[in-house]
Amino acid sequence: MSEPSSAPTHWLLGRLTWDSVPMAHEPILLWTFVAVVLGGIALLALITRYRLWGPMWRDWFCSIDHKKIGIMYMVLGVVMLLRGFSDAIMMRLQQAMAFGDNMGYLPPHHYDQIFTAHGVIMIFFVAMPFVTGLMNYVVPLQIGARDVAFPFLNNFSFWMTTAGAVLVMLSLFLGEFSTSGWLALSNLGNQNPGVGLDYYIWSLQIAGVGTTLSGINLLVTIIKMRAPGMNLMKMPIFTWTALCTNALIVATFPILTAALALMTMDRYLGTHFFTNIDGGNPMLYVNLIWIWGHPEVYILVLPAFGVYSEVVATFCGKRLFGYASMVYATVCITILSYLVWLHHFFTMGSGASVNSFFGITTMIISIPTGAKIFNWLFTMYRGRIRFTVPMLWTVGFMITFVIGGMTGVLLAVPPADFVLHNSLFLVAHFHNVIIGGVVFAVFAAINYWFPKAFGFRLDEFWGKCSFWFWLAGFWFAFTPLYVLGLMGVTRRVSHFEDASLQIWFQIAAFGALLVALGIGSFLVQLVVSFMRREQLRDVDGDPWNGRTLEWATSSPPPQYNFAFTPVVHDADAWWDMKRHGYKRPLGGFQPIHMPANTASGVVISVLSLVCGFALIWHMWPLAAASFAATVLAAIVHTFNYQRDYHIPAAEVAATEEARTRLLARHV
Amino acid sequence: MSELVHPAAVQAGAATRDYHLAHDPHPENGTALGFWLYLMSDCLIFAALFATYGVMGRSYAGGPTGGELFDLKLVAINTAFLLLSSITFGFAMLQKQMGKVGGTLGWLAVTLVFGLCFLGLELYEFHHLIQEGAGPGRSAFLSAFFTLVGTHGLHVTFGSIWLVVLMIQIGRHGLIRENKRRLMCLSMFWHFLDVVWIGVFTFVYLMGVL
Repeated sequence: MSEPSSAPTHWLLGRLTWDSVPMAHEPILLWTFVAVVLGGIALLALITRYRLWGPMWRDWFCSIDHKKIGIMYMVLGVVMLLRGFSDAIMMRLQQAMAFGDNMGYLPPHHYDQIFTAHGVIMIFFVAMPFVTGLMNYVVPLQIGARDVAFPFLNNFSFWMTTAGAVLVMLSLFLGEFSTSGWLALSNLGNQNPGVGLDYYIWSLQIAGVGTTLSGINLLVTIIKMRAPGMNLMKMPIFTWTALCTNALIVATFPILTAALALMTMDRYLGTHFFTNIDGGNPMLYVNLIWIWGHPEVYILVLPAFGVYSEVVATFCGKRLFGYASMVYATVCITILSYLVWLHHFFTMGSGASVNSFFGITTMIISIPTGAKIFNWLFTMYRGRIRFTVPMLWTVGFMITFVIGGMTGVLLAVPPADFVLHNSLFLVAHFHNVIIGGVVFAVFAAINYWFPKAFGFRLDEFWGKCSFWFWLAGFWFAFTPLYVLGLMGVTRRVSHFEDASLQIWFQIAAFGALLVALGIGSFLVQLVVSFMRREQLRDVDGDPWNGRTLEWATSSPPPQYNFAFTPVVHDADAWWDMKRHGYKRPLGGFQPIHMPANTASGVVISVLSLVCGFALIWHMWPLAAASFAATVLAAIVHTFNYQRDYHIPAAEVAATEEARTRLLARHV
Repeated sequence: MSELVHPAAVQAGAATRDYHLAHDPHPENGTALGFWLYLMSDCLIFAALFATYGVMGRSYAGGPTGGELFDLKLVAINTAFLLLSSITFGFAMLQKQMGKVGGTLGWLAVTLVFGLCFLGLELYEFHHLIQEGAGPGRSAFLSAFFTLVGTHGLHVTFGSIWLVVLMIQIGRHGLIRENKRRLMCLSMFWHFLDVVWIGVFTFVYLMGVL
């Protein structure tokens, strides 16, 4: 039952044979592999050349500094964005050419893997690392804390997420990836014997451990470690949205874990949860996965709303309009996000009353969201707006997201959904809200907080190029999909007969090309900014005339964030300090208690990665051994009681003295 | 950077507020809250499994029903083992409160024995069912049964491993602050599993034989 293929498996290598290496038959993969190997060798050579192995291992991989972990999450997000976007452009190219006799360049089986990998990577390994990375970096600074509540767990969470990403990438060169879409809604149970679905299961399970733990970690951080005086209604809005997002993570990821575990049971032990025989019920899977899946989109978009709130208040030079209503709207969305999951499958046949309930709850979500849009607009009203790059992304978001939201309300009407379900209209809608909402926010946030993290601003010109290419590219790529969806074209199709549709797909492909230029401009922006870093230097730590505590410390902040724990009197704490002529303390420094770095997170994650890989390929002895090793490594870690140290007062004084001199030079 | 810099900085004379603490605050340790949050997330995994059992619990697919399979006497003994282990863990916590390393370790050992008895009986039950041809692949009902009860059993297994590790650590370092904290977490974990088992006992076994 658990082994549907008839070929006996090797005792050690399991299902892995020479045939599992798809490059042998697919030239595209072969070239990708060659490029990856060459790029990898070049990267390793550079690291060796500049003797970076030691510092990279000690100061980054083993680091439990929330700032470094945040940056590593962002790097992971950028790397995976490139992978996820190459999938996107391959699909656009295929659909633009595959009409009539032309079958395109991707066989259907390969195309199915690409759209699945695109969805999985973009949500789990691009959007999630970006959002988690931002929260990791910004939240402790905004609440005036030295680190997160559980610094080791933070490092471990990051490496588990990375292990999941590595597993997805491995599927490119060893075996295959799932062909069942990003939520694996088809090919349930053991109907599909390949390794693709197993790659899907184990990469998400491993990354899911990291996400859940990081959710718990940030929740405790926000609840327990706020600076004195910062009561809940004085928290910066980004921290508020982080609080709600992490509550959602802790409340929903266990459902994903359970749903995937049940699917695992079906595939590995021959149970009958989601099969069509012996009492199984595939719709149970669809319900469970969406009970997680719908809150997931709010997990992504709430911190995005937080970013826009910070950006709009800073660059309009005004207090955020309607702070309290913003908080209530965020909490409302958090709760409502739980009550809408069934709108993803109105066509299940649950009847008019159930569908009406979920249709109405879905439409209700647009009310707090609309309140937020008005809050941002009223913040801009009579503000002195500075159209910097983060502000451009914010304005672009407001226009784009409102349209995406309206098509969402349209889809929330069950009869309309019966027509548009599974069409390209839906694809256009969710890209509209996820790109227009989350991706724009990530770029706004990168441009906004980059000077804080690295001590110099990002180049404006290339930032603006990136923004305009992305904005235009987005509309060129997805307006045609709205049109096609209304005409009834379904999603996930790799070849079309009706040649009259081709022009729309070609426009969409052009849009994807513009987005590629947007991503390219972003990479150029990073390089140019690095080269011009002396001109772009942020000396005083407050390049935008900011309002919240992260701008009170230097850029980049010292390891301990704040030499003295700040005391907060206002929601815009730093603005309040500036208004009252705050002076940096120049003496009386105390030793600072900090957590110590450790390699345990990397070790346990690598062992989990090996275990996941072994389970995918049915390498049972290796799976058992690596699982035992994972547990053992975790136990060994608990025998380490020396987890902290003190930064001596003299060192703190020296760091602060250096900053004082720097500030004096630049007055 | 901007014309808007410190519009009210001129009021500096009014600065009487304190903007930093002279000494480090000692924020309350967040472990208890964090562990509670973890338990609640774990509780949601069980909630999903209970819901699955609720959907599948009568899908016998022509196979045996709960009434035919469950041996309530065995399950009652098993339940007693687990409930007693919770009480003995409570005794261990009392000993910890009095600072007695030996007493704590003794009661933890008793707890471990009860936990292992529980696991042994559960394994015996599973083995027996599979021998009778009522394994997890027989019907959706049995899939849901084995998964729910088995997940609880896995938790007890991990709890037992943790218990052994913690006993070694207490033996080595005594009841230092870290060990007390860990003991508190394990205690919450152990009682949590007890509560879940009461749900399993009622919802799966008692209602299954009705």
